[in-house]
Amino acid sequence: MQAIVNVKGLTKQFKNLTAVQDLSFSVNEGDVYGFLGQNGAGKSTTIRMLATLISPTDGEIEIFGLKLEDHRNEILREVGAVIEKPDVYKYLSAYENLKLFARLSGVKITHEKLMKQLDQVGLASRAKDTVKTFSQGMKQRLGIAIALVHNPKLIILDEPTNGLDPQGIADIRNLILHLSRDLNKTLIVSSHLLSEIEQVATRVLIIDKGKKIIEGNAEELFDPAQTIVELQTFDNVYALEQLQISPWNTHLQKQRDTAILIKLDRQLISQLHRDLVDMDIQVLSLQPRHSLEDYFLQVTSGNQHVDTYSN
Amino acid sequence: MWTLIQIELFKIFRRPRTYIAFAAITGLIGIIQFGLKLDGDSYVEFMMRDITSSITVEGKILNGYQVCYIVLQVLLVHVPLLIALVAADMISGEANMGTLRIMLTRPISRTKFLLAKFMATVAYTLLLLVWLAVLALFVNMLLFGTDDLFLLKSQYVVLLKKDDIFWRYVWAFGFAALAMTTVASLGFLFSLFAENSIGPIVATMSVIIFFTILSTLNIPVFNTIKPFLFTTHMIGWKEFFDIKVNDANEAIVGSIQNSQKIMNSALVLVIHIIGFVTASILIFRKKDILS
Repeated sequence: MQAIVNVKGLTKQFKNLTAVQDLSFSVNEGDVYGFLGQNGAGKSTTIRMLATLISPTDGEIEIFGLKLEDHRNEILREVGAVIEKPDVYKYLSAYENLKLFARLSGVKITHEKLMKQLDQVGLASRAKDTVKTFSQGMKQRLGIAIALVHNPKLIILDEPTNGLDPQGIADIRNLILHLSRDLNKTLIVSSHLLSEIEQVATRVLIIDKGKKIIEGNAEELFDPAQTIVELQTFDNVYALEQLQISPWNTHLQKQRDTAILIKLDRQLISQLHRDLVDMDIQVLSLQPRHSLEDYFLQVTSGNQHVDTYSN
Repeated sequence: MWTLIQIELFKIFRRPRTYIAFAAITGLIGIIQFGLKLDGDSYVEFMMRDITSSITVEGKILNGYQVCYIVLQVLLVHVPLLIALVAADMISGEANMGTLRIMLTRPISRTKFLLAKFMATVAYTLLLLVWLAVLALFVNMLLFGTDDLFLLKSQYVVLLKKDDIFWRYVWAFGFAALAMTTVASLGFLFSLFAENSIGPIVATMSVIIFFTILSTLNIPVFNTIKPFLFTTHMIGWKEFFDIKVNDANEAIVGSIQNSQKIMNSALVLVIHIIGFVTASILIFRKKDILS
């Protein structure tokens, strides 16, 4: 699968605050890439850097194989984005907003096509109404229609379910799945709700305090049979060295300070325990985490930072 | 670029706020016209009270040209506020609505985006002045007729022949447009720094009031900076109504007494416009959009 977004060492510093630090990830063509983190984790800052609203302090962004810094307009022609709230011109109608943004994107679009776009997001019957009469869910759907009006290859949706009622959330979820499955679009979708990402994402990145926690395929991360165990030993450096030269190397997730994280099938925990003893690693504790949600909450609410070893 | 300007003009003229300025100008001029139509003779009597003993004026003093001059003197001081209402909202208003984010994720360079917005602001400013000209000049010509223009200056009087006036108004409105564009570019610059339009509007008006006070204060210490303040040059339109006289002290029809002063004022205003717009572009290109 071809990577269409490549982010390397991305950093953003606001005076004394490091919002994003040395963040690297890649998004493959056709992915629904779930970008997960608590509020203030650095998701929006990263997405704003991808959408050229914020300049990185350091690092590199490549989209469609081109450097974003050097080929901004060329890249943005193929990108549609809804950043945070889907704010549009409230004194204009849905139709006028869509037409205006189509023109801004350099697209000449017929009345029929505009109406079809509105129909796709369920707003055709409200096309002539001014946006100030719209509910939050309708504004969100209009925002997505605007992001799609120039038929982009990559769609970036920042917290698309924020402020929506359950029906609105379900509508957006179905729209994301439709865009991915039926129209073969690549999507980056950020959220602070793991449950939302879990239902749509094919790959997932979790960040906290601007740093990458984990990145991987959603199937593996959300697999209920898989778990992450937290290993604490008398000598973590020695333990890590031993694990790296063992078959467990591919399961390793590293924690910098107090523990080592290992991702594995639940049934292999007893085998791991036996191997640790064989490797003469003095175990203090070996605690399985019950789910990714548990893991997510644990790593994003504490002060710990981990990096992936593999993936 | 033309598409961008069209879009910006479409947005400006779809907003109710835009029409406040047009309505305000219509209302103010209407009141002046109503007052002068009703009691214009008293106004002329009051205006001429100190000089009726020394000169005799034949003809109709209160004519369309005279009323237009009165309107310009009264209104051009306040028009900057009406300009600032729109100019200072151009970027801050978009930031406030949240539309700046979606606009800047489109494949348009920030410089083009900003220039299109500025051009649209200038177009709005020009339209406002055209509206002012229509009401203050053409409507007054219809309502009050035309005759020679009699102007009382602080130390002398000016009498312009009926056929020597219209072109002066055309140039005066052109100069006023330049002055108002300077105000628009200042408001535009301030609009980069805020996420609602109140701050930039107040800041623009504060600068104008502060500079105007400095420009008009007759304190020697300020004399060195006065030539560099754009407010000093904003009233340059009045120079079009000063006429040269020959050795026999007769007015030379079609002349302007101090055309060099007008040129200098226009140059200072143009330099300010270029400075404000260039600063806006440089700041905006590097600006992180956090709204």
